[in-house]
Amino acid sequence: MTKRLFIDKLSSRWMVLCLSVLLLLPLAIGLGLVIKSSDLWLTHALGSLIFSQDWSPSESQFGFWPFILSSLWVTVVALIISMPLCLLAAIFLTQFAPTWMLKVMRPVIDILAGIPSVVYGVWGVLVIVPLVADIIAPMFHNESLGYSILAGALVLSVMSIPYILNMILEVFRQVPVELGEASLSLGATKWETIKYVFLRKGATGIISAYGLGFSKALGETIAVMMVIGNVVQVPASVFDAGYPLPALVANNYGEMMSIPTYDSALMFGSLLLFIIIITINVIFRYIIYKSEAI
Amino acid sequence: MKTAIVTAEKRVEHITTEVPIMNISNLNVYSKSAHILKNINITIPKNKITVLLGPSGCGKTTLLKCMNRLTDLYSELRLDGTIEIDGQNILTERNRITEIRQKMGLVMQRPYPLPMSIYDNIAYGLKLKGVRDKNVIAEKVEKHLREVALWDEVKDRLKSSAQRLSIGQQQRLCLARGLAVEPEIILADEPTSALDPISSRVIEEQFSKLKDDYTIIMVTHILRQAKRLADYVVFMYYGEIIEHGNAADIFENPQTDILKEYMRVGH
Amino acid sequence: MTLNRKLEESFFKYLSAIVSVLIILVLIHIVYSIIAKGASALSWEVLTQEPKGGFYMGGGGGIFNAIVGSLYLAIGATVLAFIISLPVALFINIYLIKYPRTLIGIRFFLDVLWGVPSIVFGAFGFILLMYMGMRNSLGAGIVTVAALISPIMIRAMDEVLMTIPKGLQEAAYSLGSTKTETAFKIFFRQALPGFATAILLAFGRGIGDAASVLFTAGYTDHVPEKLSDPAATLPLSIFFQLSSPIEEVQNRAFAAAIVLTFIVLIISITARLLYRKK
Repeated sequence: MTKRLFIDKLSSRWMVLCLSVLLLLPLAIGLGLVIKSSDLWLTHALGSLIFSQDWSPSESQFGFWPFILSSLWVTVVALIISMPLCLLAAIFLTQFAPTWMLKVMRPVIDILAGIPSVVYGVWGVLVIVPLVADIIAPMFHNESLGYSILAGALVLSVMSIPYILNMILEVFRQVPVELGEASLSLGATKWETIKYVFLRKGATGIISAYGLGFSKALGETIAVMMVIGNVVQVPASVFDAGYPLPALVANNYGEMMSIPTYDSALMFGSLLLFIIIITINVIFRYIIYKSEAI
Repeated sequence: MKTAIVTAEKRVEHITTEVPIMNISNLNVYSKSAHILKNINITIPKNKITVLLGPSGCGKTTLLKCMNRLTDLYSELRLDGTIEIDGQNILTERNRITEIRQKMGLVMQRPYPLPMSIYDNIAYGLKLKGVRDKNVIAEKVEKHLREVALWDEVKDRLKSSAQRLSIGQQQRLCLARGLAVEPEIILADEPTSALDPISSRVIEEQFSKLKDDYTIIMVTHILRQAKRLADYVVFMYYGEIIEHGNAADIFENPQTDILKEYMRVGH
Repeated sequence: MTLNRKLEESFFKYLSAIVSVLIILVLIHIVYSIIAKGASALSWEVLTQEPKGGFYMGGGGGIFNAIVGSLYLAIGATVLAFIISLPVALFINIYLIKYPRTLIGIRFFLDVLWGVPSIVFGAFGFILLMYMGMRNSLGAGIVTVAALISPIMIRAMDEVLMTIPKGLQEAAYSLGSTKTETAFKIFFRQALPGFATAILLAFGRGIGDAASVLFTAGYTDHVPEKLSDPAATLPLSIFFQLSSPIEEVQNRAFAAAIVLTFIVLIISITARLLYRKK
């Protein structure tokens, strides 16, 4: 009897310990990044770090604006492409498609979600980069090497489809069938029911799915880095090369020890990313939580 | 069972002396694994309350959903037979299904207000019908909210979300919403099952008044409710119509053992 | 009027159907184009040998180091994540069930943690390494990836546990079980098939991640022998070889991509089959 109780005590301690470690993890991450980047933000004004365009680590110039802007460009363009696709696919699969189609799509979405980032990158190099260089850019009378914001955005949009689509499917699944029946019985067509009732009912959920998709895409590293060109500049069009924040951190890891405060700068880049993404996540998760509670 | 069939035939003659509004003949509904409705033949009389009575799972709700083709939503269901309204078989109609549905207002087990304001809930069906004149819409909204005795309770907050109403109010709103498309028939699927006794009573009173202008087809498993409201009763059991006819006849003089048993244990 | 309504409906119906088919086609195209490009470079030698001299200049050898490194890393991380995740998932479903607010808070927190990008985990892992004065190693990679996949594993297990009726828990207590016994004997058994899916999901995520191991696991041409050795991984092997200008090396990157895709596909399909069985 005492042995059973002893085991019970021991295992509950272990459970609490694991949970505490996990709860402290983001705090530790945030704190670690703040401390490690302190060399940078103690010696440079925060405003100039974020908004300055001058990036020459060897001269101790650290302006993150080109990276921040590249990150925003590539993520926003990716979302513009994937948002309508996800919404339409979700509408088709939940409203119009025969059930076998949904059964086919489930594994397709799973597999798309499971394909590693680097494989998307390989596909991007093989297919998307030449596509942009040889077909899309000339269509707009532009010259491009292909390694560009647009290439990054295209790859990123495909990567974000399973993530966003899954969430929107869940949103539609939660709309009660009877609500649709009510609208149909009032003489609406199926499409009118979707447009006036389902989209309205699911609006917060769909917007949250987009928000979370945005934050996911913002943190994506390897695949984007492989196709975006990695040139430090403020991109003027989607055919220009860019250099997003995660790529900055990942690419320069090798040489960061050789230049003073460079490692702080990279940690500062990670910190920016961490703060932005955590904030977006908290906001949209909270919205979802609120809408589910009602 | 033989006696049931004989008396059923006798009673059909009885019903047809009324003005019929809907004719269902040889209706069968199958799902992948089951025969849900078996050879349904009934005529629904106009401006009366017809109650579909029976234990849960006997196919009442499916029968109701056949009447406005909501069965279309369930790809696994297969229907054959005919349902005629105004001389037109709605089961074979392909193009004018939205108009047919507008001939029938639907009230469900639980209220499902559309995710919009009280006002827009009523205006929704009108707009779908092509009514664009704002004054006409406003007029109708008021008229139908009065019809269900909701106007005085909500007239000051027509623009607020319909989901904030109490559940009894929501159910009356859903009734008004159905009336706004000016149907000939009201289909009600256990409309009081989610409501408290007082709200239930309000709905029942509305129904008694509304039958002057509309034909009401109501599904219920509550015997006392059927006794209070029904002009005609259709008693169903395992997908079949066991008895149907005048409410008084059915309740005072049940023919089959199944109905007798149901009336003995029912409430 | 009615014609317009009909037309609008048909338009969107077909548009949305086309989009759905497009998504399937893109998936097929990804798999196809990688296989088409890499199949020729895929050979027994590539799969079973470590890189030889001049490998990155087009010399002989294979990606055995990366395949084994990735498997070591992903298996290690999955085991470690499981040791952390199982107690947490059981804890929140058994001990915290009476504090719904805390429970919601923790789920919320885990969902947010899930959103943290792997590059940030990588950077953090790197900070810890420097702090402890260690160098890149298999062990460090395992710890970082475990931290990365734990939130996924816990939430997936949590979803399974949530479906277990409360009555089962009450029945176990009424028979005199302690909470631990209830957790491990009743809940664990009931949820086992779902757990397998959760573990596979996390494993798939772990083996495919590059950004977190870039800083922590390092890279080497040899198969790691102890936890303190650096370890090569498939994603990084693909990444490094693809950035080479030499075609032969690039082709090997495509071959490595086939291997990685194949592993992930098998995991994904197995997870789905297990899930369906349940």
